[in-house]
Amino acid sequence: MNNVFVYCELTEENSVAEVSIELCSKGRKLANDLGVKLEAVLIGNMSEEIASQLSPLGVDVLHLAQDKRFSPYTTMPHAAIVCGIFRKEQPEIALFGATSVGRDLAPRVASELRCGLTADCTSLEIGNHTEAKTGKEYTNLLYQIRPAFGGNIIATIINPDTRPQMATVREGVMKKEMVSNNYNIEVKKVDAEQFLNPAHFAVEIIERHIEAQKINIKNSNIIVAGGYGVGSRENFKLLFELADALGGEVGASRAAVDAGYVEHERQIGQTGVTVRPKLYIACGISGAVQHRAGMAESATIISINNDPNAPINNIADYVINGEVQDVIPKMIKYYRSNSK
Amino acid sequence: MSFRIVVLAKQVPDTRNVGKDAMKADGTVNRAALPAIFNPEDLNALEMALRVKDQIDGAEVIIVTMGPPRAADIIRESMYRGADSGILITDRRFAGSDTLATSYAISMAVRKLFPVNLVIAGRQAIDGDTAQVGPQVAEKLNFPQVTYAESIEAVDTNAITIKRRLERGIEVVKMPYPSVITVHGSAAPCRARNAKRLLKFKKARTLTELQEESMDYGDLFENRPYLRIQEWSVEDIEANTEYLGLGGSPTKVKKIENVVFTAKESLVMEGNDEELNHLMKNLIDTHIIG
Ligand SMILES: Cc1cc2nc3c(=O)[nH]c(=O)nc-3n(C[C@H](O)[C@H](O)[C@H](O)COP(=O)(O)OP(=O)(O)OC[C@H]3O[C@@H](n4cnc5c(N)ncnc54)[C@H](O)[C@@H]3O)c2cc1C
Ligand SMILES: Nc1ncnc2c1ncn2[C@@H]1O[C@H](COP(=O)(O)O)[C@@H](O)[C@H]1O
Repeated sequence: MNNVFVYCELTEENSVAEVSIELCSKGRKLANDLGVKLEAVLIGNMSEEIASQLSPLGVDVLHLAQDKRFSPYTTMPHAAIVCGIFRKEQPEIALFGATSVGRDLAPRVASELRCGLTADCTSLEIGNHTEAKTGKEYTNLLYQIRPAFGGNIIATIINPDTRPQMATVREGVMKKEMVSNNYNIEVKKVDAEQFLNPAHFAVEIIERHIEAQKINIKNSNIIVAGGYGVGSRENFKLLFELADALGGEVGASRAAVDAGYVEHERQIGQTGVTVRPKLYIACGISGAVQHRAGMAESATIISINNDPNAPINNIADYVINGEVQDVIPKMIKYYRSNSK
Repeated sequence: MSFRIVVLAKQVPDTRNVGKDAMKADGTVNRAALPAIFNPEDLNALEMALRVKDQIDGAEVIIVTMGPPRAADIIRESMYRGADSGILITDRRFAGSDTLATSYAISMAVRKLFPVNLVIAGRQAIDGDTAQVGPQVAEKLNFPQVTYAESIEAVDTNAITIKRRLERGIEVVKMPYPSVITVHGSAAPCRARNAKRLLKFKKARTLTELQEESMDYGDLFENRPYLRIQEWSVEDIEANTEYLGLGGSPTKVKKIENVVFTAKESLVMEGNDEELNHLMKNLIDTHIIG
C-alpha cells in the first residue's frame, strides 16, 4: 500500500502552521494503522532547516519545493506542484488544512486528479467496507467523518475507488503529538520547474496585510464562552473579566461572532476551533450541535442560561438557571476574595 | 463589445430549519421536506457580478444553476435583481452528484456559453459547506481562480483587481480573464429587487413550468424571448454520463447518524449567592480553577 501525505502550510513567519503540525500527528497514526510511511509536502520560500519542525512528528519524507515565487501562496503553482508530486508518488491518503489555503488548493487538486475530497472532517479513521450492491469488499479505507447538513447529522464518507483519498481538517480538531526527538526524516528536493509554466503565475499579489495570530484559545485550560444571549459587545466585557480572573480565554458561539460581539478567531464549533479545556463556562449559549461539536469534550462544563431547557444543559455538569449579567459578577467577586 | 459573466447560484435547503425527515435512507438530502432558499453567499456573488456589469459597457450577467425544476425560482429572483438571463441545468441523471460531478456538469454548461470572461460563485453552499465547487469548476475550465473575494478594487476589460478576506487579514490580487471568482459572505449584500424588473420578468418560466401551469401563455416566448429560462439536459451540455450522478461521484456516503449527545447528570441551581459561592469553592478545592 502507498503512503499517507500531508500538505503543509507556512505561517507568515515561515514556520510550519499549527494545523499542518496537527495533521502530521494524525497522519502518523493513520500511517501506523496502514503500516506505511508518512510524507509531507512543503512549497515556499524557506530553507531546508524547516525539516526539524516536522521530524519530531514522525514524518518520514519531506518533499520540499523551494522558490521565492512560491511564497506567499498562490493557487496555480501550488496546485501544479502538488498534482505533479501526487501523480508520481500515488498517495493512498492526502490531508490538507481546512484553511483559506487548504480550501482553495485541495478542491483544485482533487478536480485535476479526479478524486474524492471531504471538507472539514472532524474525525478520520481506517476501516473496511462492503458495497451493498455488488458485495465487493474494500479493506483499509479512510473513513472521513464530518457533520453534514447544518450539523444535524454525522456522515461517514469514503472514496472506495479513487486515490488519493483526500480530506481537509480544521485547526484544533486533531491533537499535536510528538513522536521522538531524533526521528529520521529524509528531505527530497522537488524539481518544481518540470510542473510549471508561465500561465500558472497569472494571478498577481499586489498587497497583503496579514496579522500574526494573536488570539489562540485552543490551548487554554479555562474557557469562558459567550453566545448570542450575552446580548452585546459591552456585556462581553464581563466575560473577559471572568476569564482574566481565572487565567482563561474568552470563546464564543457563531451567533455571537456574527453579531459582532467578539472576533472571529474566538469562534468555537464546527466552523471554528475545537477546544478541550479543563473548564468550559458557556454563557448564554443554546448549544446547537455545531457549537457542541467544538466543545463537548471539555472536562467540566458549566452552563449559565435563563432557559432551563437549553440543549447545552444536557451536556453540562453544572447548570445555572439565571441571567449572565447577574451570575458572572458574583462568580468574579467570590473568586477574587477567596483565591490565593 | 461583449463581456459575459456567469454567476453560479444554488437553491439550498434552509439548514437552519431542519426537520426529522430531512435525510433519505441512502444518505442523500430529502430536499422536498425543506424550505428552499437562495444560497446566501451566491447573493453576494450576484451582487459582485452586477457591479462588474455596472462598470463595463455591454456586459451581461447569466445565472447558471443546477438543480430540480423548482430551482428556476432563484433564476427569476436573480432577474428581478439585475441578471439578464438564466439557465437551469436539470436532468434526473445529475441526481446524487458530489462536488466533483457537480463541477463537471457546471463546467460543461459554462463551455456552452463560451466566450465567457468571468465565472462568479459563492464561497460555499450552506447545505454542504464544502466550498469546493468554485475551485473545481475553475480547474475543469482551466481558468485561474481567486477565492474569498470581498470587493472589487478595480475592473476593466483586461483584468480585475480583487480584495480577498482571509483568516487574519486581506490580500489584494490582480487576475486576467477568463477566470473564476468565489465570493465571501463579508462582501456587499445583494441589491434589492427592482420594481420595473419585477414587472418585466414576473412571467419568466422554463418550458416545464409552462407546461405544468394550466394557464395559457400563448406565444409568450415568441413575443418576449427574454422570458424563457433555458433548461439544459445532459445532452444539451454534451456531458459524459460516466462523470455524472452517483456513479460519477468518487465520494460515497457510507453511513449517517443522527447527532446524539449523551446527557450528563447535571447539578442544577438557580444562581443565588450561596449556590454560586459553593460552586466556586468546589472548583477551587478540586483545582479546576485557581
Ligand atoms: C453549517 C453550520 C455551521 C455552524 N458552525 C457553528 C460553529 O462553529 N459554532 C457555533 O457556535 N455555531 C455554529 N453554527 C450556528 C449554530 O447552529 C447556532 O446557530 C449557534 O451556535 C447559536 O449560537 P448561540 O447559542 O449563541 O445563540 P442562540 O441559539 O440564539 O442562543 C442564545 C441562548 O442564550 C440564552 N440567553 C438569552 N439571554 C440570556 C441572558 N440574559 N442570560 C443567560 N442566557 C440568556 C437563551 O436562552 C439561548 O439559549 C453553525 C451553523 C451551521 C448551519
Ligand atoms: N448545483 C449548483 N448549481 C449552481 N451553482 C452551484 C451548485 N453547487 C454549488 N454551486 C456554486 O458553488 C459554490 C460552492 O458550493 P459548495 O462547494 O457546495 O459549497 C456555491 O456557492 C455556488 O456558487
